Amino acid sequence: MKKVLSILLVFATLLTLALSGCTDASNKDKTLYVYNWGDYIAEGVTDKFTEETGIKVVYDTYEQNEDMYTKITAGGSSSYDVIFPSDYVIEKLIRENLLAEIDYKNVPNMSLIDAKYKNLAFDPDNKYSVPYMWGTVGIVYDTTRVSEEPTSWGVLWDEQYKGEILMWDSVRDSIGLTLKYLGYSMNDHSDAALAAAKAKLLEQKPLVLSYAGDQMKDMMIAGEAIIAVMYSGDAAFVMERNENLSYVIPDEGSNIWFDNMCILKSSKNKDLAEQFINFMCRTDIAATNRDYICYSTPQIEVYNALDEETKSDITQYPDDSIYARCEVYEDLGEYTQVYDDLWTQILAS
Amino acid sequence: MKFFKRLSYVYSVLIFLFLYAPIVVLIVYSFNSEKSRAKWGGLTLDWYRALFSNSEIMRALSTTVTIALLSSVIAVVIGTMAAVGIYNMRRRSKMAVMSLAYLPMLNADIVTGVSLLLIFSALGLRLGYFTLLLAHVTFNIPYVILSVMPKLKQLDPNLYEAAQDLGAPPATAFFRVVMPEISPGIVTGFLLAFTMSIDDFVISFFTTGSGVSTLSIMIYSMARRGIKPEINALSAIMFIVVLSLLLIINLRSANDAKRTDSRPVSVGARASGR
Repeated sequence: MKKVLSILLVFATLLTLALSGCTDASNKDKTLYVYNWGDYIAEGVTDKFTEETGIKVVYDTYEQNEDMYTKITAGGSSSYDVIFPSDYVIEKLIRENLLAEIDYKNVPNMSLIDAKYKNLAFDPDNKYSVPYMWGTVGIVYDTTRVSEEPTSWGVLWDEQYKGEILMWDSVRDSIGLTLKYLGYSMNDHSDAALAAAKAKLLEQKPLVLSYAGDQMKDMMIAGEAIIAVMYSGDAAFVMERNENLSYVIPDEGSNIWFDNMCILKSSKNKDLAEQFINFMCRTDIAATNRDYICYSTPQIEVYNALDEETKSDITQYPDDSIYARCEVYEDLGEYTQVYDDLWTQILAS
Repeated sequence: MKFFKRLSYVYSVLIFLFLYAPIVVLIVYSFNSEKSRAKWGGLTLDWYRALFSNSEIMRALSTTVTIALLSSVIAVVIGTMAAVGIYNMRRRSKMAVMSLAYLPMLNADIVTGVSLLLIFSALGLRLGYFTLLLAHVTFNIPYVILSVMPKLKQLDPNLYEAAQDLGAPPATAFFRVVMPEISPGIVTGFLLAFTMSIDDFVISFFTTGSGVSTLSIMIYSMARRGIKPEINALSAIMFIVVLSLLLIINLRSANDAKRTDSRPVSVGARASGR
């Protein structure tokens, strides 16, 4: 009896401690709930924001857009104020009326964002989102083992690199680049386009070393593969660690992706959220974030302050001719399922 | 004959190698001064130092451990009571309740996770530590029931009655006679619940908020940008701790088994508190 009582006592104490912990978080006075990708903000930025404004920032992270979207739509929307979705998800969220219109009187720093990155298909006039980071998708290749710089996505189908090609395990990116290679748009969902893409990807399968995710970076640094499809940010990472690697965007064009800051419609702290977004666009903060994350920044002053080497690095800042050949992903709507099925079939075959 | 013995020995070694090689690599690379797995930059304790000064990881670690402990304890209490109750039910109701009880275990994690999220938001609960705890208790209970039920079935059906015949009030009869007999099942249930709790990602992801994060959520969130080497250091430490605990427990129980004789023969002696 004594033993049971003592165990119950211990657990009751723990429970009280735990519950007291959660009342802290529900402290209503001036708290902002931010939901962002993992490792996507420089250390100390949220603390600085709290220091300057007195607003406490509660910060959660996710690994991919789909996880965040599911959580928001399944009831989690009341738990967050600011989110960082990618382009096609913003489009979906706008269509489903989940985002709040941003009052730019509270976000004057929007003028520091380059007009080139505003007014894009997924959010015309930027009514609902403010650009945070952007990048491209391209090919990383080993210059010592590839005779000349690839100019087409076709190099991923080149027999001589059999078993040394890495493709992304990503529905949009892999199907998208195939569509681009075949001359279609990356957002094409017609039966003809998808059938052609499927055939091409199945044709490629025997040449592919692996449909990889994050491990790709280590593999390319170690020289375990010759050619890989990569995001520009990751490309910069691996190129720093293996001098033989180089990045190129094929002539057919590629995907340009954006992660923007948005405010959920259900947010009760819209003014605090706008303050936060404004803060993130401020030059010193945007510079700190850029230095930590190393992706491409849409902020004019931060870009101008970069050293010449970084500015002219086409990995991070492709010139306008390349930029013109790139497309932003549009939300596929009901065709998302079609794409998913296609990709599952390709991986499983 | 000796050949086959050797062969089976080699086979077991290979299996263990297969199981532990990734962990060994992880531990070795926690000392690598280069961030990437591909290059070896020389030995360093930097990541261990960085780990302890990284408040985000430390917070996630403490959340993970406290949630695991609390939810396992609560699940054991509820699960044992449930198991005893189910054990004493009639056939039909027993089968019905058992199927319901095993549902969280059979469901895909994402189904459990999202449905819990829907319930929490319907109830107006803000996502945070409390909802995370509730979710963990929910999916842990079936594992406890699963571990305790076999022990109940092995129980002599007359034990409880016999204890009462000898003068023990019902509560004493249960706690002093039945519980010790099923305690291995309870301990197994606790350990299983603890493990499932630490391991869980999907359900935790959908039921937490307010900055409360577990280790698995934090590590998964790093996937897009690369897993920090501090995580290697943390994993190495966790592995060593668990390994040592297991060794200690197993050595102690091996010693205990040598010392004690077979289980107590007389029910009467037990019930009267000796």
